[in-house]
Amino acid sequence: MTALPKTCQKKLGLVIDLDTCVGCHACVVNCKEWNTSNYGAPLSDTDAYGANPVGTFLNRVHSYEVTPAEGPAQTVHFPKSCLHCEDAPCVSVCPTGASYKRSEDGIVLVNEDDCMGCGLCAWACPYGARELDALAGVMKKCTLCVDRIYNENIPEEDRVPACVRTCPAGARHFGDLGDPESDVSKLVAARGGVDLMPEMETRPVNKYLPPRKKDELTKGEALAPKSTEPKGFLAWLDKALEAL
Amino acid sequence: MGTETRIAARPSPKVSDEVRQTTCYMCACRCGINVHLQNGKVKYIEGNRDHPVNKGVLCAKGSAGIMQHYSPARLKAPMKRVGPRGSGQFEEISWEEAYEIAVSWLKPIRETDPKRLAFFTGRDQSQSFTSFWAQAYGTPNYAAHGGFCSVNMAAAGIYTMGGAFWEFGQPDWDRAKLVMIFGVAEDHDSNPIKAGIGRLKARGGKVIGVNPIRSGYNAVADEWIGITPGTDGLFILSIIHELLRAGRIDLDYLCRYTNAGFLVRVDDPKAEDHGLFLRNDAGVAQVIDRATGKIANYDAPDVKPDLAGHFVQDGKGYKPAFQLLAETYLSPDHAPDAVADRCGIAPDRIRAVAAELARVAFEEEIVLDQPWTDWKGERHKKMIGRPVSFHAMRGISAHSNGFQTCRALHILQILLGSVEVPGGFRFKPPYPKPPEAHPKPNAVGRPGQPLPGPHLGFPMGPEDLQICKDGKPLRIDKAFTWENPFSVHGLMHMVISNAHAGDPYKIDTLFMYMANMAWNSTMNTSEVMMMLTDKDENGDYVIPRILYSDAYSSEMVAFADLILPDTTYLERHDCISLLDRPICEAEAAADAIRWPVVEPDRNVKGFQSALIDLGARLGLPGFVNEDGSRKYADYADYITNHERRPGVGPLAGWRGEDGASEGRGAANPEQLDRYIENGGFWMAHIPEEAQYYKPWNQAYQYWAVRIGLFDKPLPYVFNLYLEPMRKLQRAAEGHGDCQPPDRLRERIKSTCTPLPVWYEPFEEAAVDKAEYPVHALTQRPMHMYHSWGSQNAWLRQITNVNRLYIPGAIWEAEGFEEGDWAEVSSVHGKIRVPVARMDALNPDTVWTWNAIGKRRGAWALDERAPEAEKGFLLNHLIHELLPPKGDGLRWANSDPITGQAAWFDLRVKIRRAPPGGPSQPSHPAQASPVGRGPRDIRFGEDFE
Repeated sequence: MTALPKTCQKKLGLVIDLDTCVGCHACVVNCKEWNTSNYGAPLSDTDAYGANPVGTFLNRVHSYEVTPAEGPAQTVHFPKSCLHCEDAPCVSVCPTGASYKRSEDGIVLVNEDDCMGCGLCAWACPYGARELDALAGVMKKCTLCVDRIYNENIPEEDRVPACVRTCPAGARHFGDLGDPESDVSKLVAARGGVDLMPEMETRPVNKYLPPRKKDELTKGEALAPKSTEPKGFLAWLDKALEAL
Repeated sequence: MGTETRIAARPSPKVSDEVRQTTCYMCACRCGINVHLQNGKVKYIEGNRDHPVNKGVLCAKGSAGIMQHYSPARLKAPMKRVGPRGSGQFEEISWEEAYEIAVSWLKPIRETDPKRLAFFTGRDQSQSFTSFWAQAYGTPNYAAHGGFCSVNMAAAGIYTMGGAFWEFGQPDWDRAKLVMIFGVAEDHDSNPIKAGIGRLKARGGKVIGVNPIRSGYNAVADEWIGITPGTDGLFILSIIHELLRAGRIDLDYLCRYTNAGFLVRVDDPKAEDHGLFLRNDAGVAQVIDRATGKIANYDAPDVKPDLAGHFVQDGKGYKPAFQLLAETYLSPDHAPDAVADRCGIAPDRIRAVAAELARVAFEEEIVLDQPWTDWKGERHKKMIGRPVSFHAMRGISAHSNGFQTCRALHILQILLGSVEVPGGFRFKPPYPKPPEAHPKPNAVGRPGQPLPGPHLGFPMGPEDLQICKDGKPLRIDKAFTWENPFSVHGLMHMVISNAHAGDPYKIDTLFMYMANMAWNSTMNTSEVMMMLTDKDENGDYVIPRILYSDAYSSEMVAFADLILPDTTYLERHDCISLLDRPICEAEAAADAIRWPVVEPDRNVKGFQSALIDLGARLGLPGFVNEDGSRKYADYADYITNHERRPGVGPLAGWRGEDGASEGRGAANPEQLDRYIENGGFWMAHIPEEAQYYKPWNQAYQYWAVRIGLFDKPLPYVFNLYLEPMRKLQRAAEGHGDCQPPDRLRERIKSTCTPLPVWYEPFEEAAVDKAEYPVHALTQRPMHMYHSWGSQNAWLRQITNVNRLYIPGAIWEAEGFEEGDWAEVSSVHGKIRVPVARMDALNPDTVWTWNAIGKRRGAWALDERAPEAEKGFLLNHLIHELLPPKGDGLRWANSDPITGQAAWFDLRVKIRRAPPGGPSQPSHPAQASPVGRGPRDIRFGEDFE
């Protein structure tokens, strides 16, 4: 068993806008690209050109169909990675202390040197956000690009997670959700951001902004005709041209 | 436990040794990228924040560039075929031997009958160069892939308003309040649309998505119109009906900037000039001046044209074009109630969309405090914006009624006054440019001589068609003939089929670049593979020689006799040029380069450099000096030193001997270095006063001349009424010397209308709709670019199987269950494929992702790859010809005006099939000329 920090004042995390996510997988691939040659072991791919290609990804996009009571079915694209929970069950279940949550910023990390690949944390995570790397035998997960966000070797504006830096639609936001005055906290407040599966009582730091209401343009008032007769139209046209 | 080995709280690892900035080529979007190198190897690719296209972001394809660069499917050396065609058996040869073979084929053809070479390039980003080569060679048979892509969109845009969507125009993303998108393939263009939608939504703007399938952009659209395929034109004309009825159109805009007031002869349908404009002796179109009631030149200062009325001169009667337009679309045939069932959209929804477009356009008007001067010298204090913008692509384009549908959409934009105004649709340099300012097509070749002008152009009437005196087509693809008179991008999808049929003539050598025409880029895939391998009675191949260039082991490679291996996009020079398809934004002219950020580790060359070598060996004009010596060392040399017009070359930046000139100037030997220093691109901002109203804005016109886009100001008005179409109709009615064949007269009369018309797509009209009740479509996933994605170890994990998505009602009626397979038939063929249910879909439509299915043995994949076992191509059901009509003639499955491939006219029937794969048809494996990829990848471990 591994202890969680009592409190984290700073709660770094992601805010993901489901109203604008077009499901393009840019975040998925750029995350893989950054993380495979940075923190810890590479994110490997087995049978990469074969019949059953399987690799490690720290972030994946799922697509769901939602059929509302009224109106046509909708498609929702749902990116998912570690939510850096305040009550992270993946940490408390870890038998070696490899999984830990940082008190200084709330990031949940795996110390790969201490990970024995038992997989308990993946079992404990209700979100399926951890993946055991098949070749390295260690647990991989979103680090919130801890090696980017404080990295003095890259320009300051780039010190955000790779998925945020690359998202073409601007659907991913990064910041301190422990600070109610931060941009991300204000965005969550303005858009009614929600926790994923709050009933699991994991208190995720990451938040999702729900899709706005759709397909409301059904009973709007039709345009009033100037006239139902072609001649009437021409009379209107003449008057309107005169007024120019 | 374990805390002592944890990483530093604030780690700052070194990212790379060096960053080199170039242009992405993971799709056609052409974003700027920062390529991080460590120990000389590519380590990480991210978007370039300073780049005008992507402004720092990068999509999934771009982020997977490393896996493309290191793909095991990369070709390694020139190869000549040693087994039968299609087998994939090759032997590696030297470049010298490859050139010798190619010259031994190409030189005799050029000296005797240059049209026997057909040179077609695929997703080529160097068309101004490849066309220059083909023109110097002298064959009329050249085009790129536009004919099977979105030529309807491009041609309708340029003919109607002197510019088109995507490369030559874009929504005013920062000012629009409502953006309506129709059938957008999700990569035209890729990142700017995603970014634009994100910014629009952040401001509270709305998106209306019109698409039978609710995925991608339509998934985030605030309003989804799940239209029935092929009916977009009906829907748009019904919106126009509503706007006209309510008088919600921008009359001032129509008077000033369109041909709405042009007088059209209407009194005598038998007259030679019926339906043509009244012109004065100098050829200037005439309008009725409202102030005087008399006719006047349309472009005279202070003339305000009347848009209705009747005018008689010399006993002939005329009406303004706008009145004809209003009479046409006010007809009850276009009322929402009359079209709703065919479109699959409730009449109230059509009315509501029309009302919302009108509300935002006219009630949320934008006024910019920016004075400007128009083409007639009138000073305007402000710029008035109608913040409604549109974007459309292949979904409305790839139908046999696509040209007219695209025209209808542009008419809608123009009626709303929302083109080239704040918040509307904006052109990108080198556009706006009217059709008259484009070249005319050329197809008369002579032995040993260059073609007299460019292959592709914009015909303005029957006199510009490219047909022999006996009526036979001059081009192998029959472009610019009465079958498809305005086929401004050619018809690449007809080349192999026509060459095999010897219709209109036989060829000797088929030369292709980067076009997977033996697989996903062709219609009728199985039969096309047969055509490529078919032999005549003497045992010779019907298409005698095939020369092909590709960077990767695509399906097409196996069908070539000689392979010229291309490089990856990180190993090559390229220019993304103002001479063809630049990277401009609405605010700025811009072009870009690629350069070898790493050198190839194989015996490969950039295709364009190989073509320069071939050009020199063939002694082509423009490729050799006067003494016959070679003119350019390689493509980089050409990019730097070639001049298309004096002082205007492939790249506009840093011209002049001192590098200080923009647009015009002498060649600068250090030009490429300046591009590299600037991140791989050049950009020149359009002055503020010239940002909008570009076709009529003096400041823009002067700026465009200064920068070298054209040589004198080119103001023009938009073509609501497209007179060149009427000229085609007049010929079909029997007027003039250039006459269509009788079999085409009725079709030309009914489809080549000067005002947009909707007609039922040809295949739909030809098949029994009760037997084939369902529409079938494909879409491209956002994370794949045609067939390239499957060789990419990361991207193929996202999608390596495509299922046919079936709407709920059909799914239940046929008793489908999860994991099922189906037999899908069209009038042309049958396939067996895996299926899945989808309800966010038009109820009469099925669809799948395109280009996921792979032939066994291609792309260095395992023969048991899911792409071959469970992936499939819908292409097998789509024929390049319409079902036979019993007249013995071959009728192309194409738009009758532009020749655009009508991919989306497909009708099918679906039956549940016994469970289990593989997908059918199941072709045997090709031998892989590059072996197989490694089993496992640990990318990144080298960089520790």
